[in-house]
Amino acid sequence: MAEATTTVTVRDLGAQGMVTLRGDLADETLIKAVRKVTGLTVPGQRGFRRGKSGAVAWMSPDELLLLVPEDKAGSAVADLDRALDGQHHLAVDVSDARAMFAVEGPFAREVLAKCSPADLHPDSLPEGEIRRTRLGQVAAAFWCEGDGIWRVIVFRSVAGYAQALLERSARDGAVGAF
Amino acid sequence: MLILTCPNCGIAAEETELSPGGEAHLHRHGPGSSDGEFEEYLFLKENPRGVHFERWRHSHGCGKWFHAARDTATLQVFGTYSAQTTEPPQHIRDAITAARPGWRWRDFS
Amino acid sequence: MSTRLAQGGRLIDRSRQVSFTFDGKTFRGHPGDTLASALLAGGQVVMGRSFKYHRPRGAVAYGVEEPNALVNLGEEGRFEPDTRATTQEIFDGLVAESQNRWPSLDWDIGAVNSLFARFLPAGFYYKMFIHPRAAWKHLFEPFIRRSAGLGRAPRARDADRYEHFYAHVDVVIAGGGVAGLAAALAAGRSGKRVLLVEQSGHWGGRAVVDGARIDGKEAADWVADAVAALDAMPNVTLRTRAMAAGVYDHGYVLVHERLTDHLADKSGLRQRLWRVRAGRIINAAGALERPLSFAGNDVPGVMLASAMRDYLVNHAISPGDRTVIVTNNDDAYRTALALHEAGLIVPAVLDARPVADGELPERARAAGIRVETGRAVVRVKGRSHVTGVEVGLHVGEGSVLEEIACDAVAMSGGWSPVVHLWSHCGGKLNWDEAQAHFRPDPERPPLGADGTGFVRCVGASNGHLRTGDGIADAVAGAAWATGADAGKAPAGEDADEGALMPVWLMPQGAGVKLRAKMWLDYQNDVKVSDVQLAAREGYESVEHTKRYTTLGMATDQGKLSNINGLAVLSGALNAAIPQVGTTTFRPPYVPYTLGAIAGSAARETFMPLRKTQMDSWHVEQGAEFEPVGLWRRPYSYPRLGETVKDSVAREILNTRKNVGILDASTLGKIIVKGPDAGRFVDMMYTNMMSNLAVGRCRYGLMCNEQGFLVDDGVVARLSEDTWLCHTTSGGADNVHAQMEEWLQTEWWDWQVYTANVTEQWGQIGVVGPNARKVLEKLGGMDVSKETLPFMHWAEGELAGFPVRIFRISFSGELSYEIAVPAGQARGLWDAILAAGAEFGMQPYGTEALHVMRAEKGFIMIGDETDGTVIPQDLGLNWAISKKKDDFIGKRGQQREHMVDPLRWKLVGLETEDGSVLPEGAYAVAPGDNANGQRNVQGRVTSTYHSPTLGRGIAMGLVERGPDRMGEMLEFGAGADPVRAKIVDPVFYDKAGEKQDG
Repeated sequence: MAEATTTVTVRDLGAQGMVTLRGDLADETLIKAVRKVTGLTVPGQRGFRRGKSGAVAWMSPDELLLLVPEDKAGSAVADLDRALDGQHHLAVDVSDARAMFAVEGPFAREVLAKCSPADLHPDSLPEGEIRRTRLGQVAAAFWCEGDGIWRVIVFRSVAGYAQALLERSARDGAVGAF
Repeated sequence: MLILTCPNCGIAAEETELSPGGEAHLHRHGPGSSDGEFEEYLFLKENPRGVHFERWRHSHGCGKWFHAARDTATLQVFGTYSAQTTEPPQHIRDAITAARPGWRWRDFS
Repeated sequence: MSTRLAQGGRLIDRSRQVSFTFDGKTFRGHPGDTLASALLAGGQVVMGRSFKYHRPRGAVAYGVEEPNALVNLGEEGRFEPDTRATTQEIFDGLVAESQNRWPSLDWDIGAVNSLFARFLPAGFYYKMFIHPRAAWKHLFEPFIRRSAGLGRAPRARDADRYEHFYAHVDVVIAGGGVAGLAAALAAGRSGKRVLLVEQSGHWGGRAVVDGARIDGKEAADWVADAVAALDAMPNVTLRTRAMAAGVYDHGYVLVHERLTDHLADKSGLRQRLWRVRAGRIINAAGALERPLSFAGNDVPGVMLASAMRDYLVNHAISPGDRTVIVTNNDDAYRTALALHEAGLIVPAVLDARPVADGELPERARAAGIRVETGRAVVRVKGRSHVTGVEVGLHVGEGSVLEEIACDAVAMSGGWSPVVHLWSHCGGKLNWDEAQAHFRPDPERPPLGADGTGFVRCVGASNGHLRTGDGIADAVAGAAWATGADAGKAPAGEDADEGALMPVWLMPQGAGVKLRAKMWLDYQNDVKVSDVQLAAREGYESVEHTKRYTTLGMATDQGKLSNINGLAVLSGALNAAIPQVGTTTFRPPYVPYTLGAIAGSAARETFMPLRKTQMDSWHVEQGAEFEPVGLWRRPYSYPRLGETVKDSVAREILNTRKNVGILDASTLGKIIVKGPDAGRFVDMMYTNMMSNLAVGRCRYGLMCNEQGFLVDDGVVARLSEDTWLCHTTSGGADNVHAQMEEWLQTEWWDWQVYTANVTEQWGQIGVVGPNARKVLEKLGGMDVSKETLPFMHWAEGELAGFPVRIFRISFSGELSYEIAVPAGQARGLWDAILAAGAEFGMQPYGTEALHVMRAEKGFIMIGDETDGTVIPQDLGLNWAISKKKDDFIGKRGQQREHMVDPLRWKLVGLETEDGSVLPEGAYAVAPGDNANGQRNVQGRVTSTYHSPTLGRGIAMGLVERGPDRMGEMLEFGAGADPVRAKIVDPVFYDKAGEKQDG
């Protein structure tokens, strides 16, 4: 139960290319299109995969979030639309709609657990899994990218609220529960 | 505060992540329906003490709708299942029967 | 007088001193003291006054059950009333003041109530103050309010910080006594996630005070080893000063943790509310000792026997030189022995039982303590402090056989298991005749999501009062909670105890005079006589009696009084105790702060504030903001020396004359795409949307199934299978949720995907006669009337920014709404402002927007609609398709009442004198309705001063309004009704030439 003395930092990561892709996630053409854009295969339920130049997150049974370099979202949408032409799908650039934060430090999990009803125990939310939930009073998604390294996505309009909430939670220190 | 497992994303979500959507398995009556049918569709809802079927949305989560079968008095949850169905699936009915033999809800039993 | 003994005190650190004040007087204690123990050490026995009679009161208990010793704690932003001195640990600089007394604790004017006690029985207020009604409002209520209440309400803003923490565990264990520790050790070994919480600052509970032995060790040593072992388990979390406050549905447990309340340094987080989801809950909360009901049982110096032992063993507090023990059980003899061993005098143990021959009474006798069986305290002597007791036969009526001089009285009426956490979610209780208490009925536990019991009481809270039984029970509880073999339970040993004899009235034949001095609920001054009176007056239900007498309604929630009161009631009703039943146990177990409940929802994180990308610019301009949903939008941009009214008028006139710029980013934007998208938007809107040509826009209405108008906005067709639906600023999330609801739950076979892209786009309105010039100057797109006519849209690059431009107008002016990726919105905004300067461009806010739309007779969702208005009421029949078989709301609009010709319909209203009609005013009609209220025939829905027209304009819904053009209506039924004429709602540019420009 040793209390961590080091801090958790909260950083706005700035521009990040993001594409929402809705479609049949089991469809071969879609899987191929996602691989072409991100170099990654489609993850299973709640899965998160990070590659060299992008990442893919499972958002719901018919929705993925693709993370691409900032200037590549438009071309990613175009690539997806081309690959899935004639097939029911929706690809849309949402880079500007979201804000992404890095929450990093030894008790980053606890900072999130102060804000979200999700089970943040390491056994319940391991690396490689995305959790969509609420952060205080706003919708959010987060995932772990390594020990004490977390990424949090919220809507851009509430970025100020989310950042204040995360910073406040970080400032008030470790709980010592995980 | 309830916990319901969203069948769409597999999360055992607590109530603050969920939004209630009222009674399940309503039959929509649109233009051409009688006043009686329309009234029943809009206003005459089941309000049982016991077995009940409801619609929920994992609104602060995957955003998807699902169905839940639970006991309104004891809050026992018999199961959650797809929103894309007009009636409770057999495994849910079996789970209810195991706990509440002889149950009835509208035309379901 | 109480004092500190020179030896002993297992919790205090005598090497250090702590200084604090009580009622302005400085006291000193040691680290490890509570406020109560430190005051007792300083000889301060009286700590407060009671609620009704203002009787002087001292601490009667040691912990959270304390009803008397409540203080106002702290100052300014850290002031907190009703703080229990028994649980507040002292720190340097602590400031406390007594409550419910005026002018001072020693001399209190309200105590005069005590003289009239026999005129203030149960239900007095109900009976006395009901008539005359006026007297209640002006005389009685103000008087009662002034004399009632305990602590003061804080005035300053809370200076502290609080937070929530969500924990998901397999097992929560409430209570860190030996039962809780034993359960935690067993559960911890199973590998499950375990959270063990203890409300006090110390582990071990009663066993360490009472000298039990566990596995051959002193209880204190066993506890230290157990805590060390638990600390080493990574799957176990331990917390002291953490109170399990309540158990709720599906394993939800709230735990209130106090982090700085015991510290002088208040810089850290003050309190944390744990929002725990637990698979199983073990309640190891112990038991609470009950007072005995004898006359004068509230005189300062009368204390629970166990509490006296706690003060003595933990803090070396002598309650006085001479202490009389009065009991109906063996446990209280431990207090006699402890006092005796400390060198203090126990003149007598008065035991109500005819025989007391257990191990403990025998040890007392062997120590030379006088033990009198069959005896009762008839009356405690003394007013602000015990001076002696009158002794009589317990089976008698109160004849005094003897007086014993003493400074203190220790009483024990037996023990009640703390079953709150079991009962919060519906766990039922059985009456245990032998131990005279309610204990959990294992057959009727609170049920969880799986239909099985999810709470179990162990140890004393399960009625196992002996150490060995309690620990064995706790280990069995751990096996239940984890589903794992819990191994062998540690062996606990303590003294054998003989049977208790229930005593609810002492002496049992006490007359009315004595009964009127027997306190049940100390804080609310409810006596045995009050409960008996309630029974005589016909109150049979314990819940009714509680409310009539206020028994158990104080801040201690009846922890000491409920069972005694219940027993008295059952005696008065000649019914068995289990038949009368208990009142409902409700969370929290102990009250906690509003700050902890709010958690981080305070100050800058009180609630989310949605901001657009232009927000900082608005702030720089000194904009007045208004909330729209969770967004904040500029209401207007007043310049130096301007009132907001002035600036709104200026913004309107400038927009109509030159050009205005509006931050419209909050507008909802939803993409609807797929082979069935056209069919779907036709269902969602009253209009036909499937036949909208690519490149065109159409104003659309959305209704609910009842037919009522819920949202509106412009729909643009982006491509063959894609529509972009604009919604109101507050409505985007709801509209998107509605669309998804229909798609997921009704038409799941339709091939449609939606996405809420509201925040992907900034949206900028360039509005006014010069709008085109500004865009032309920016360059990059042909925005001419021919290429981009009204109700069309185009995509391209404007001044190098990727945009979609919509030729739509909510003001009646030539207007372009420009959508740009939100990240570039501020850049475009600045570029437009720069380009617009030479054309007289000024920003305008939401109020100018509202006035301009009202001048044009455009409706506003939330003004003209209120959830009972259908589009037909608003003259919007043109936007309701007659060709479609179905749309959401069509059937609802066919209902009889919806086609009633007498429905109130939209009209314009012009006052005779040009004044502005009051908001929401009703148009009166002749006569009164069945309730004697003036009949009405319409109401104002929007009303503004129009700077364009230089007069007041309004819209309203009026019965048959459109058929009554030119008629005069009267608004308001007072002395000065405002007269207004029914006119066309379009006040400005009726031909619509400007927006087509």
